[in-house]
Amino acid sequence: VPAFVVFSVFVIAPMLDGAWISLFEWDGVTVGHWVGLANYRQALGDPAVRQAFLHSLVLIGFYAVLPITVGLVLTAALSHAGVRGSTAVQTVVFLPQVLAAVVIGVSWKWLYDPQGPINAALGAVGLDTLERPWLGDFSAALPAVGVIGTWVTTGLCLVLFTAGAQRIPLSRYEAARVDGAGPVREFFAVTLPGLRYELQVVLVLTVIGTLGTFDEIYVLTAGGPGTSTTVPAYLVWRRAFQTGQVGSAAALGIILMLIIFAVTYGINRLMERGADA
Amino acid sequence: VTTNSRAQVTLNYALIIACSLIAIYPLVGVVLASLYPSGTSTSPSGFALPPTFAWHNYVAAWDQGKFAASFGTSIIVAAIMVPASVVLSIVAGYAFATMHFRGSKVIFYLFILGLIIPTEATIVPLFYDVRALHLLDTYWALILLEVSGELAFGVFWMRAAFLSAPPSLLEAARIDGASSWQTMRKIMVPFARPAILTLAVLTFADSWNEFFLALVFTVSHTTAPAGLASFSGRYTTNIPLVSAGAVIVAVPILIVFIIFQREFMRGMLTGAVKG
Repeated sequence: VPAFVVFSVFVIAPMLDGAWISLFEWDGVTVGHWVGLANYRQALGDPAVRQAFLHSLVLIGFYAVLPITVGLVLTAALSHAGVRGSTAVQTVVFLPQVLAAVVIGVSWKWLYDPQGPINAALGAVGLDTLERPWLGDFSAALPAVGVIGTWVTTGLCLVLFTAGAQRIPLSRYEAARVDGAGPVREFFAVTLPGLRYELQVVLVLTVIGTLGTFDEIYVLTAGGPGTSTTVPAYLVWRRAFQTGQVGSAAALGIILMLIIFAVTYGINRLMERGADA
Repeated sequence: VTTNSRAQVTLNYALIIACSLIAIYPLVGVVLASLYPSGTSTSPSGFALPPTFAWHNYVAAWDQGKFAASFGTSIIVAAIMVPASVVLSIVAGYAFATMHFRGSKVIFYLFILGLIIPTEATIVPLFYDVRALHLLDTYWALILLEVSGELAFGVFWMRAAFLSAPPSLLEAARIDGASSWQTMRKIMVPFARPAILTLAVLTFADSWNEFFLALVFTVSHTTAPAGLASFSGRYTTNIPLVSAGAVIVAVPILIVFIIFQREFMRGMLTGAVKG
C-alpha cells in the first residue's frame, strides 16, 4: 500500500476524528460542574425544545415533501417529448441553490415586508384580507419561512430526479404504453419506481437539511415572533453563544445529532423495505 | 412518444413556465429593488422598473456594508480552502475507490457519518476546540472547519467518480508499469475531470456562502454573507440599499455558476446519486 494512502488516512481521518471526539467532552467544557445527564433530562422536558423540534417537523413538509412533489411533477412534465429548453429550466430552477442563505433571506424579507410585493399583489387582485406582516405574524411566520425552503430546494430535487429519469430505459415506457397506460399511470407505474434510489437520497438530504436550518431563521425572524419560528439549530446557537447555557446547548446538539442518525436510518430502512415489497 | 394531446403539452408548458417564473422572480425583484432611489418614500413595488436607475446604491452599499473587508476574507478563505479540499478529496476518494486497506470500511463509514451531521449539531464542542487552539477570529478557523465540513461530501463524490472508471483503464496503466500515484495523476484525474470541476464549483459555493461558522468563530474576519447579515440588520428599512448589498454578495457565485454552468449541470446529472 503506497505511502500516500497512509498519508491521506492520517491527515483526513484526524480532522474528522477531531470533530468527532470533541463531541464527548462537552461535560468538561462547562464551568466544571459535573451534572451527569441532567442537561439531557432538562432538555427532554423543556417545552421550548419540544416546540423547536415540532417546528422542524412542520418545516420538513415545506423543505422536503413539497419540493419533492413539485420536483417530481416538473420532472414528469420536462421528460415528455416536445418540451424544449429543459436544461435552461433546470438551470433557472436550480439557481437559488447556489446562492447564500443570507442573500435569499434578505431578498425574501423584502418580499414578505408589510409594504412588500406579496401584499401588494394580494391587494391588487382583491385579496386584501390575506395581507399581513408575514414574518411578524405568529401563525404565518413559520409557513412563510417554509415556502422559502420549498423555493430553494425544488431545484435540487428537479436536477437529481431528471438525472435518475434519464437512466430509466425507454423500453419500460413503451411497454407501459402498449398496456394502454395514460401519462398519469405511466408516471406512477414507470417513472416513480424508477426514481426510488434518487428519492431516497433526496429525502435524506432534505430532511437533514431541515433539521440543521439556521441561516434563514437568523436573518428572517431570529426565531420570532416570540418563539414561533425557533428551530433546534437556532436554539443551540442562542443557548451556547447568547444566553450562556453551554451545557444545555451541547446536550441539545447531541440530541439533534441522534435524531438525525435515527431519521437517516429510518428513511433508508423504509425505502429498502419498499423496494422489496 | 407523440401520443401526447395538445392540451397536455400546453399544460406541461404552462406548468414549467410558471415554475420558472416563480424561481426567477424573487431574484429579478431584488435587482429591481436595488436600483430604486434609496431613502425615498416610494418603496419598490417589485413589479415595475424604478423611476430612475440609482446605480449609486451599489457604491453606497459597498462602502457602508464594509464589503471590501468581508470580500477579502471570503476570497482568502476560498482561495486556500477550495484547492485543499478538492485535492484531499481526490486523493482520499481514489484510495477508497481503488484499494482495500486495513480499516478502509470503518473509515469510509466515518466519512458517511460526517456527511450526515450538520455543523450546527457539533458547534459547541467545536467552539471550545478552536478556542483551545487559539484560532478564534482567524482565517484558519474558517479554512480548517470548512475543509473538514466539505471533505465528507468530496470524498464520497470522488470515490463514486473513480468507481465509474472502466477497470481496463487501471489495468492498462498497471501493465505499463505505472505506480499507483502516477496512475492517479496521469489517468484517473483526467478521466474524472468533469466530476472534479463540479465538486470545485460546489465547494466554492459552500465556502463563499458560509455564514454560520463566520457568525460563531469570527468577529473582525467576517465573510461576505455575514457582512451582509449585519448590514441588513443595521439598515432594515432601506430596502434599495440592502437589496444592492444582497446582489453584491450574490454576484461572485453567480459568475462562477454561469461560467461553468454547462459542465456543472452535466456533472450534476451524471455524477450525482451514484454511490
